[in-house]
Amino acid sequence: MPVPILKQGDFLIATVQSALSDREVLQLQDDLAERVGTFRSQGVILDVTALDIMDSFVSRAFRAMALMAKLKGAETVIVGIQPEVAFALVQLGLTLEGVNTALDLEEGLAFLRGLAKRRRDGR
Amino acid sequence: MGDEVRVPIASDLDIVVARAEGRKMALQTGFSHTDATLVATAISEVARNILTHAREGLVSITASIGDDFAEIQVVATDEGPGIRDLDLAMRDGYSTSGGLGLGLPGIRRLMDEFQVSSEEGKGTEVSMTKWRRL
Amino acid sequence: MARESKSEEAVTPPPAAGMGDAALLKELVAHLRENRTELREEWARRISDADLLTAMTPDEIFSEATAVYDNYVDALETGSVEALQAYARDLSERIIPRGVETHEVLGIVLLLRDVLARSLFEKYRADPDLLNRILDAYEPAANRIAVTVGVSFVQERERVIRQQQEAIRELSTPVLQVRERLLILPIIGVLDAQRARQLTEQLLQAIRANRAKVVVIDITGVPDIDSAVANHMVQLVKASRLMGASVIITGLSSEIARTLVTLGVDLSSMRTVGDLQGGIEEAERQLGYALPAFDDDLDDELA
Repeated sequence: MPVPILKQGDFLIATVQSALSDREVLQLQDDLAERVGTFRSQGVILDVTALDIMDSFVSRAFRAMALMAKLKGAETVIVGIQPEVAFALVQLGLTLEGVNTALDLEEGLAFLRGLAKRRRDGR
Repeated sequence: MGDEVRVPIASDLDIVVARAEGRKMALQTGFSHTDATLVATAISEVARNILTHAREGLVSITASIGDDFAEIQVVATDEGPGIRDLDLAMRDGYSTSGGLGLGLPGIRRLMDEFQVSSEEGKGTEVSMTKWRRL
Repeated sequence: MARESKSEEAVTPPPAAGMGDAALLKELVAHLRENRTELREEWARRISDADLLTAMTPDEIFSEATAVYDNYVDALETGSVEALQAYARDLSERIIPRGVETHEVLGIVLLLRDVLARSLFEKYRADPDLLNRILDAYEPAANRIAVTVGVSFVQERERVIRQQQEAIRELSTPVLQVRERLLILPIIGVLDAQRARQLTEQLLQAIRANRAKVVVIDITGVPDIDSAVANHMVQLVKASRLMGASVIITGLSSEIARTLVTLGVDLSSMRTVGDLQGGIEEAERQLGYALPAFDDDLDDELA
């Protein structure tokens, strides 16, 4: 089951399901890269609310996705990291430095809109 | 007095199975959601190491409840190339990026007890436990 | 294990000379079982004379005394302490909430040991050699029992204390919601690894529940801030950030901050402010609650 990616205006929203295998992660990477290019998206939201485990592979892949999107002109926000997952990630030393994070979809959209506005205002 | 589940690791799908089992068993044994997540994450990491370095192996998860303690033990074994320098592999570099290597120090932080034995050319065994007092 | 059948006679025949310890043990166990009623009463008397188990009623003492006596004699007979341990743990679980203390438990077990020893002494004192051998068989077994019961009780007590401490720890770190999207966490007391972990879990849950964007953590009340504590804080900050919340640490003097940095602690991810009030103001600024700047146009309108 590929991760569904929705287009919302200038943004793409990828909503991850609960069990994410490596191949699904790689598929998501490809899908996102393609669509960011196709739609010239300004922002990407990776919603991981349903993910009950994030390990080093997923963590690295997400950072790679954010970097890829940035190269194509889109800012990425990861939203919905659960308390237990956040705890485990920090124990593992995977703090997703350099990647934007927000509490949930609403916050993620607010963040991206704020960025877009500042861009337009020339700041 | 313990339940054991054995998950052969040969593909990335097996990693998903192994960590789901680990999480389920931890919850069934009465561990908190946080602890269950730590166990599942640790399983994911060692299972991935098996896949990456040895291509196949086995993860066995045992839950047991005694009089004073409850515990989950995970043993990940493979017959892969082994770890050449165990000391180096266990040194705490606390790397946040790249993630070359096995990430053993990080995995150890997730669990309460952690042991690795490895012989070059023969294989590796990682044994780790999370326990709590009853 | 075959039990020695109770003798029909009032007095059991004296054991043959040269009898082994095992046989002697059997013999004395039989004696203790035969005279169960009166020995138990003697024991109960000694307990109340010594003012022990005052938290329990006489009926309760009687029923527990019966169980203890029987378990005691069984343990003497079988030499196995497992059943005794299980019983002792069970007993402890019952009496600890009643306020029974360690010295009382040890006291009553030792009194039982004495009551039984004296009874044996009484019975065998005509034959000093035999008496010695009987005591040689009895004493190690009786001592092992006293230790087993004592240790079980203490372990159970420690478990209860741990649970209580756990509960206190949870109560003592409230996460306060002061404004919308703003949480304040005042930490008071020693911050060890266990507490730091518990705090982190609590805070992360609170961030989700309250949809917090900013958290102010005040560590003025933490006595010793060393690199270990600082690292706990760094982890807390990083985990909060993963959930989209920024953290402001207050109560960390610049002096201590400097020390920590020289110790190699990476404080770059932490925003620190001197005091709690300043921290809250900073948080409100971040959230956009800051008072608007004076509006010139409005002034003109009013003129």
